[in-house]
Amino acid sequence: MTAPAEVDLPAVDDDVVEDRPWVAIVWNDPVNLMSYVTFVLMELFGYSKAKATRLMLDVHHKGRAVVSVGTREQMELDVARLHAKGLWATLQQD
Amino acid sequence: MRFKKTRRGIEASPDEVETTVLRSCATDLLVLLGGEPEASDDPLEALLGMPGGEAVRPEDPALVRLLPDAYGDDDPAASADFRRYTEGDLRAGKRAGCTVVLATLPATAGLVRLDREQALAWLGCLNDLRLVLGTRLGVEDDGDAGELDPDDPRTPSLQVYGWLGWLQESLLGCLDPRG
Repeated sequence: MTAPAEVDLPAVDDDVVEDRPWVAIVWNDPVNLMSYVTFVLMELFGYSKAKATRLMLDVHHKGRAVVSVGTREQMELDVARLHAKGLWATLQQD
Repeated sequence: MRFKKTRRGIEASPDEVETTVLRSCATDLLVLLGGEPEASDDPLEALLGMPGGEAVRPEDPALVRLLPDAYGDDDPAASADFRRYTEGDLRAGKRAGCTVVLATLPATAGLVRLDREQALAWLGCLNDLRLVLGTRLGVEDDGDAGELDPDDPRTPSLQVYGWLGWLQESLLGCLDPRG
């Protein structure tokens, strides 16, 4: 019998980046027209009118809505596109 | 003045006052958004067109609304980093919108005729103008532009704000988001 070889286990670190996706969030603001927010969500993300309207109403009634999910880099790009259209958006890890 | 879809494009016929108001608003916004930032001292960053120094969050609330933080309040460092890499492009894009509005307005009264790309630039610029005015006027809900008190010093600006929203709505009615 041989002793099991010592294996270098990878160090487990609680701070290791988790696999949770990142999200882009649009926040409610009192200025943007509801029709404009719906238009921008359709234009930027190719969403149907129904989906874009539902997200817009979430923003309006709940104060915020997740409009896109992906990697951090993708969400940074989406937030930049939303800012270019004048929507108030941030990204965060889900 | 309202936008209408015609066989020749998207058209509106502003009168002299409307032309003057739009020209003045777009010019003010162009100034607010400022000129080109100075290039970075770092040769590689300068080559990539990156601005020098720290990108600082603007102090003017209207400018903050146009150029918002990308991360929540709990991560100002990430927001500052994002700002440093992207704010120049964001400002340039918004300035380009103003430039399209100014270039397509008639000298006085007359005709505005837009193709789709120009109409999208107008749409974004009208929205930016409303964001600036709405922030400055402290608009807090959709009803704020409704009933106006003639003695309120904000009334003329609120009228412009309301009119810009109406104009933006008429332009939205002429555009398909899918192109």
